[in-house]
Amino acid sequence: MTLLKPGATIEMAHGGGGMATTRLIREIFAPHFANPLLAQAHDATRIDAPSGRLVMTTDAHVISPLEFPGGDIGSLSVHGTINDIAMGGARPIALSAAFILEEGLPLAVLNRIAASMGAAARHAGVPIATADTKVVERGHGDGIYITTTGLGIVPEGVHIAPTNIAPDMAILVSGTLGDHGVAILSQRQGLHFGTTITSDSAALHHMVADMVAAVPSIACLRDPTRGGLSATLNELAEAASVQMLLQESALPIRPEVAGACELLGLDPLHIANEGKLICICPPEHAQTLLTIMRRHPEGQNAAQIGTTGPRAAPGTPGLLRMTTLIGGTRVVDWLAGEQLPRIC
Amino acid sequence: MKYVSEFRDPALAQSLARAIAREADPARSYAFMEFCGGHTHAIFRYGVQDLVPANVRFIHGPGCPVCVLPMRRLDDALELAEAQGVILASYADMLRVPGSGRRSMLTARAGGADIRMVYSTLDALQIARDNPTREVVFMGIGFETTTPASAMAILAAQREGLANFSLFCNHVLTPPAIAHVLSAPGIDPAQAVHLDGFLGPSHVSTVIGAAAYRPLVELYAKPVVIAGFEPLDVLQSVLMLIRQVNEGRAEVENQYARVVTEQGNTKAQAMMDQVFTLRDSFEWRGLGAVPHSARAIRPAYAAFDAEARFALTPKQSRETKSCECPAILRGVKQPKDCKLFGKACTPETPMGACMVSSEGSCAAYYTYRRAETMAAMEAAA
Repeated sequence: MTLLKPGATIEMAHGGGGMATTRLIREIFAPHFANPLLAQAHDATRIDAPSGRLVMTTDAHVISPLEFPGGDIGSLSVHGTINDIAMGGARPIALSAAFILEEGLPLAVLNRIAASMGAAARHAGVPIATADTKVVERGHGDGIYITTTGLGIVPEGVHIAPTNIAPDMAILVSGTLGDHGVAILSQRQGLHFGTTITSDSAALHHMVADMVAAVPSIACLRDPTRGGLSATLNELAEAASVQMLLQESALPIRPEVAGACELLGLDPLHIANEGKLICICPPEHAQTLLTIMRRHPEGQNAAQIGTTGPRAAPGTPGLLRMTTLIGGTRVVDWLAGEQLPRIC
Repeated sequence: MKYVSEFRDPALAQSLARAIAREADPARSYAFMEFCGGHTHAIFRYGVQDLVPANVRFIHGPGCPVCVLPMRRLDDALELAEAQGVILASYADMLRVPGSGRRSMLTARAGGADIRMVYSTLDALQIARDNPTREVVFMGIGFETTTPASAMAILAAQREGLANFSLFCNHVLTPPAIAHVLSAPGIDPAQAVHLDGFLGPSHVSTVIGAAAYRPLVELYAKPVVIAGFEPLDVLQSVLMLIRQVNEGRAEVENQYARVVTEQGNTKAQAMMDQVFTLRDSFEWRGLGAVPHSARAIRPAYAAFDAEARFALTPKQSRETKSCECPAILRGVKQPKDCKLFGKACTPETPMGACMVSSEGSCAAYYTYRRAETMAAMEAAA
């Protein structure tokens, strides 16, 4: 390790394609990402894929702060893309990663993030098969941007899509809502509140594999990331043209998250999650799926939170409603723009 | 969650709902104004309307700070940030509010103005300390809840000699606005809103105290029940209002006694009096000019008064013509009576401030009752 001197930072030369680039790859990325696919050391990596239906997804990650309680941009970029593949009911087989690094980024930070990313991929059993790095001038980026792309294989007999959602199905969630968003908020500049909340960032594909193996007739899976539960369910209600009804009393929300949201005037249903899934399934399978989810650490707090209602009028999106704690009803809407805290 | 979940208990809510249904006289109707946007929000978020009989109606009041701010004051703030190059610090609710030409703090920021969202005046003071070569203006807005924090910021800036900090003061008072709604000066009596009582504000009352409403109740003979923000608080306060109406009483009652005292927070009051004086008159969106309804910074603190420090150009700010926010803020119309609602005006493309703030009526109807509201509009058309 000669690059990682105290105070060393990313310089424009690290993106120039010359010796500095090679050293950056050899000394920082290669040791953390090491796997047989990457060892081919080719411009394009050959993957011996099993036959069947492939899924492919890509996700750009631009989070601030780069490191937060419960994760960092590196582990998040692995989990996010694996989860997008898993939400198709698929088994992830490989990832690619593209880095945009800002001049001046401390190499120690990059090294920590690369280590965390490599560990997340190893833990998930999904290799980073190929990667690329570019450097932009200081002021043209926010430290690190990471784009990951993933490939996966859909098992025989599994067909997961929003259009499968039909009336009278069960709506399940794999655990507590809003943990990731509140953990990030607690670290943001200008908002320092003491909290023990950590991000839920996690890969869900092992849990999903067990779920689809037991219940291939799962209608739809979706991870409620940006926009939270409300955006995700509204998207599904619109795509399937079906009404949905939630029970507020059934929503799993940690008291710390609920408390932070009360203080800041935010709604936990609009807050991002990075290690949770929503599952919509025929009602007779709800209990089986909840039991399977609860066997996994990522699904310990799984719960049924509602049901789908009748079809919406032709050509109109379904509406998401909720029976409130006190027994009233209300619409649960998409978030307009950014969620902004209230004055008082 | 201690002190929160207890006030959302479903069984207690149902028992209060039964008491309201039992005691509300079916031969008459009850129109109660919740003055404060925080109550509007709670009523919609928990579906409180579903738990009371149809003859008990909530009329939404003007207690939404960003909703009642006239467009000219926002245009002034945008001028400070854009033309005068200050760092403008603001509470987040203001950021999306449309000014003239549908410009907002967010669009100004995207255009290069230095506008920062803060959670408290302490953050604004810190920005001033961190940027000694820049002018930092805090957009002071809100009722008595946020006013003491602005007063404290000026006192802190004076103590520290923080010469680059100033306040753009838009703080308003609750009692004169209630009096204005009740007296409806210059409004045809047939057009005036009929009210049977008020749900008094929660947080404002912690500062001004229950005593602040007594002169109003004596003058206008309308009951006021100071209510907490949780759904059980609202239901219990409605029951207390119904009892007052049924018994022909008009008193100030304090449902939110766990926080609100008779005299309020006298320290905060003293600080406000030290720093601020009353303006002779202030323009409210919806209400028009209301005498003695807003605060100005006392001359002794003029060094921290953005209006004294910066020469603002006079403006002809005009509200969007067909926007019904003004009538909605007076309680005379409902969002469904505005033809822009849900069509030209949505939280993403707001034409008026009531669609922006989470305390605004239009935003509450849009977010929580859109389907019913749009259906009512179609039926009316």
